[in-house]
Amino acid sequence: MTSGIFFHDVSHTYRPPHGRPVLALERVSLEVREREFLALLGPSGCGKSTLLYLLGGFLPIEVGGITVAGKPIAGPGSDRGIVFQNFALYPWKTVRQNILYGLEKQKRPRAERERRARELIELVHLRGFENSYPAQLSGGMKQRVAIARTLAVDPAILLMDEPFGALDAQTRALMHEELLAIIGRTPKTVVFVTHDVREAVYLADRVAVMSARPGRIKEIVDTTFAGAKGPEIARTSEFAEKVEHLWGLVRGEAILAQERREP
Amino acid sequence: MRYLPLLPLAVAWEAAPRLGLVSPDVLPPVSAVLRAWLRLLQDGDLAVHGLSSLQNLAAGLALGIVVGVALGVSMAWYSPVEILINPLIRVLYPLPRSALIPVMILWFGLGAASKIAAVFLGCLLPVVMGAFNGARGVEQVLIWSALAAGAKRREVLWEVVLPAAMPEILAGVRNALALSFILLVAAELITSQRGMGYLISSFGEGGAYDAMFAAVLTVSAVGFFADRLYLLLMGLALRWRG
Repeated sequence: MTSGIFFHDVSHTYRPPHGRPVLALERVSLEVREREFLALLGPSGCGKSTLLYLLGGFLPIEVGGITVAGKPIAGPGSDRGIVFQNFALYPWKTVRQNILYGLEKQKRPRAERERRARELIELVHLRGFENSYPAQLSGGMKQRVAIARTLAVDPAILLMDEPFGALDAQTRALMHEELLAIIGRTPKTVVFVTHDVREAVYLADRVAVMSARPGRIKEIVDTTFAGAKGPEIARTSEFAEKVEHLWGLVRGEAILAQERREP
Repeated sequence: MRYLPLLPLAVAWEAAPRLGLVSPDVLPPVSAVLRAWLRLLQDGDLAVHGLSSLQNLAAGLALGIVVGVALGVSMAWYSPVEILINPLIRVLYPLPRSALIPVMILWFGLGAASKIAAVFLGCLLPVVMGAFNGARGVEQVLIWSALAAGAKRREVLWEVVLPAAMPEILAGVRNALALSFILLVAAELITSQRGMGYLISSFGEGGAYDAMFAAVLTVSAVGFFADRLYLLLMGLALRWRG
């Protein structure tokens, strides 16, 4: 029995409180294999985040179906942890309390919760900041707390919605290394939304390119490279070719998306 | 330091009636007011009436906070409640709160109940608005994060929506605190047998103006320190804002 994810002919209409409904996703079918790192790449407004929110169970699935390990999605669940672009930390909780939240919801014994929180604080290099509030942290540190909070309950699937989009280039590069190291240690199925081509090629095993609205899967590109993932990969010609190819696919869609925004 | 300009003002207050610039009947010198204040303190008048006022104020305010937060948050969380309550709030918003005092006296009598009701009604709106805006403004992703962590809807309300709305709730409560003093004293001025408002009006009618001023200053000082204390506590409760 596979614990993969299947999107089957998923369409989604976004209905703003005022104005006309917009078809955000059109008949998206996609498989995410178990323990695969899949990037959803596309221009802004192509519905890639919507696809992630549907998988997270945050939005109702109206047309089509999504299954995880063979079971259809029925609302959010702790088997699918999510990390958002703007961290979504509880600002009134300290670093430690933020990380403990999910563990408390799972009613784990107190000693185990504390131990697990300490482990995760170590994992994301935040020792000494346990009792700091999010407002006192830098963007990179906030996102490390968010990742730790999500990993604390050990979800089989990790959903990431442009998690490094709000960070500066250096911090982002460091976070890429940390994320790969973390996933290397505790393998997970990752669905990673981004509009950054290099980020997608660098992190993912496969990249699903989405078209401009209404979002469809345009092409899926294998982005595994011989040898271990690491910064050296990014300097190979193979890497450059993949980036070039994907950029070619995304570029046209980005232009389309831009033209469509102008009335 | 910021309150230093009060000093020359007090000197001017003392000097004006003594120099005959104003009649001491209209404005008793500040020294006479202070003497009257000490007398009130020794007599126990201040304790009895001050305590009575504070009790009614605390009861009305507490009731206003509890009901106001519950109403405001449910309006933001359950849209039927909003559809039902929002028009009522819009209609009542421009109404001067003190206009309700006679109605409260009609319904709840001349005693403490009508004072508490007046304070309660006056405090309700700012708290409801604070709680509503705060709860409605909670970021969607905070709620989603909690749901993904395994929280139930009810838990999300207590553990995410309420704390996230807290800055706006506490700001609403601060407005309510200021209003509660106004409403309580106004209600006591209209009719009562106890409380600071009663003290002010009975001294005024009896011509004991120094004591009347002493009572007025007491209310103002208590109001001022209540607000300072509140700000201090609010800063502590919201220290996470950095």
